[in-house]
Amino acid sequence: MSRLDLKNGSVEMVHGSGGRAMGQLIEELFARALRNQWLDQRNDQAQFELPPGRVVMATDSHVISPLFFPGGDIGSLAVHGTINDVAMAGARPCYLAAGFILEEGFPLADLARIVESMAAAAREAGVPVVTGDTKVVERGKGDGVFITTTGVGVVPAGLHLSGDQARPGDCILLSGSIGDHGVTILSLREGLGFEADIGSDSQALHGLVAAMVEAVPQIRCLRDPTRGGLGNTLNELARQSGVGMQLVERAIPLREPVRAACEFLGLDPLYVANEGKLIAICPAEQAERLLAVMREHPQGREAAIIGTVVADERRFVQMETLFGGSRMVDWLNGEQLPRIC
Amino acid sequence: MCLAIPVRIEELLDEQSAVACIGGLRKTINVALLDDLKVGDYVILHVGFALQKLDETEAQRTLALLAELGQLAEAEQGEAP
Amino acid sequence: MKYVDEFRDGATARQLAARLAAEADPARAYRLMEFCGGHTHAIFRYGIPDLLPANVRLIHGPGCPVCVMPIGRLDMAIELARRPEVILCTYGDMLRVPASGRVSLLKARAEGAAVRMLYSPVEALKLAQDNPNKEVVFFAIGFETTTPPTALVIEQAQRLGLKNFSVFCNHVLTPAAMHAILATPEARAGALQLDGFIGPAHVSTVIGSAPYAPFPEQYGTPLVIAGFEPLDLLQALLMLVRQLNEGRAEVENQFTRAVTAEGNRKAKALTERVFELRESFEWRGLGAVPHSALQIREAFAAFDAERRFALEPRTGLENKACECPAILRGAKSPRDCRLFGNPCTPDNPLGSCMVSSEGACAAWYAYGRQRQGAVEVAR
Repeated sequence: MSRLDLKNGSVEMVHGSGGRAMGQLIEELFARALRNQWLDQRNDQAQFELPPGRVVMATDSHVISPLFFPGGDIGSLAVHGTINDVAMAGARPCYLAAGFILEEGFPLADLARIVESMAAAAREAGVPVVTGDTKVVERGKGDGVFITTTGVGVVPAGLHLSGDQARPGDCILLSGSIGDHGVTILSLREGLGFEADIGSDSQALHGLVAAMVEAVPQIRCLRDPTRGGLGNTLNELARQSGVGMQLVERAIPLREPVRAACEFLGLDPLYVANEGKLIAICPAEQAERLLAVMREHPQGREAAIIGTVVADERRFVQMETLFGGSRMVDWLNGEQLPRIC
Repeated sequence: MCLAIPVRIEELLDEQSAVACIGGLRKTINVALLDDLKVGDYVILHVGFALQKLDETEAQRTLALLAELGQLAEAEQGEAP
Repeated sequence: MKYVDEFRDGATARQLAARLAAEADPARAYRLMEFCGGHTHAIFRYGIPDLLPANVRLIHGPGCPVCVMPIGRLDMAIELARRPEVILCTYGDMLRVPASGRVSLLKARAEGAAVRMLYSPVEALKLAQDNPNKEVVFFAIGFETTTPPTALVIEQAQRLGLKNFSVFCNHVLTPAAMHAILATPEARAGALQLDGFIGPAHVSTVIGSAPYAPFPEQYGTPLVIAGFEPLDLLQALLMLVRQLNEGRAEVENQFTRAVTAEGNRKAKALTERVFELRESFEWRGLGAVPHSALQIREAFAAFDAERRFALEPRTGLENKACECPAILRGAKSPRDCRLFGNPCTPDNPLGSCMVSSEGACAAWYAYGRQRQGAVEVAR
């Protein structure tokens, strides 16, 4: 059997049928890039020990378009996203699984690029992809490639982070600027196209999390504001904990080009997706310490205290505007759309 | 209605198009509705079209007036807000 | 961002608010309508109502082209989109507006209709060029700010000799709508009690300040054209309060950096070339208003979707309890609608005021509903 044509070849139905062709795809593309002791065994499952602690598991599906963007691609996003979901429990992520649904006709060159990117992200994070699966669907039935990643990790004893733990008086911290990822994706859409010094902020945050929970184990909860942005994520937390929130607009880090893009598209940066930021809620007494620890870490240099948790039966998230006036930060239903009015 | 924003003309491409800049962001826009544009002019941008030039002298005048009104208010209150 | 941030300065805003409080006469109320939906949005986004003295009240006008579009016109757009040969292009604002039977363009798309969102009408031209076997229809909405771009694109289509491009025109006119507000049943009965207008920012950059002259003359209402930023609005409010205190009724221009008496002559001429007045147009909330909307001229008939597709006018079905019409007239406030908040929310909008991000209901819900007890209506 001749080698896969990774330059000009494309995915075919036969690559998903469990026979030699699929074996070749795994061998020459997936396993070659993602190489580690578990994948090298070529079993349908991976066996491993976990360090002591409570086990945490999270899963994420990735259907993003476009597949490639400044700052990342669907592959690195898939790795970072699931590592972060696990890390938001205060956990150390240990292993990843990755499932691929490929569309017939998808270029192998693109697939190789995506898988190599995943491999690099996994290596950099120290979290290997130990098992996976591939299926192929007919042309027209998939958007190029869909990736699902599942992650497993452990939480050390003594940590109880959860979205229902926020209490009135707690401080709300944010690890860095908002809107970078969502605006990057939008900038690639035709017509909306603009050039700017922006890129996706996609990154694995478990290193930052480890530093944070070690210094302040009393953290109530962590969450990363992905789809739906800061505004929606805070509303989720407010609802879960049965509290209200008061934010300070002035304190929220926002890069200039992101702000400009939101202005001319009529978007509120509070609702634009982020892929490399986290929200932390902690008791007020620990807030300054937590902030200092975050700022010492490369992923938290722009961290800021952005608000406080308050008692509020209505569970409203409100914000003191740059003016000193007050506005609601509502829980949006669907995604924000650019507007002309 | 009419979400529009002032942008700076960075480069004139031809009679119809120009490159505009705001907050570090560059975009190609349609300038067919305006005449005599120069690099450095500010225009109001709406749905990808420049609709009107911004008069910078007037802008400064308005800002000065706002500041003056503000100072009056401060003076009346007898202390800075 | 230059010429934006300076006009959003918080410290100056507080000072202006203090000035306003000092000059507003405690013995009277000031009921001021901001016509433009973009102003409504800005007012709530920056929490301006919090800065105003209690006797200065803002009434939200119908300057939201999404809100005033009668359901029947949206039904026509959805019908067009459902035709297999059509790709309907629309601004994002219209995608979620519910039409008859609670269908929206977004729902129609989910059911298989070809609906594309665009930022600029130029994209529609490109789509037509890239899809010669399809009929590309641009769903044009907006007041006078948005009309010249549509005109340009129609002329461009003619120059390019495009055979598969047309526009479904729903452009509407500001002065006509403002007249209509002052002629509503509530207004005639003396129940509206509108003391002054804040004139739109960007519409005025195109039409100039001259078209507003009749308002003070005919109705005795002062009008101040305000820029788009919060300091512009506060300054304009101060100017209106001063006019009322001094018994003046004039057109004043706060937005001098972008609005002249004449506006943009080239844009106006272009609009004139491509469009003409409709005899009458149905506005949600205002009923049939004469000479308030535009249609495409005969010379460009090939690009008129209504003619090209022989579209039948439709009368849409409105929810009977929906108070959008009264809210758009400034006669009622969102809180007066018994559907507001339950079941009508941005999640589940029953009327257009709740869908459009600058509709009074959506703005109130999204930004202001935590302010219990605040009522912004003139009775």
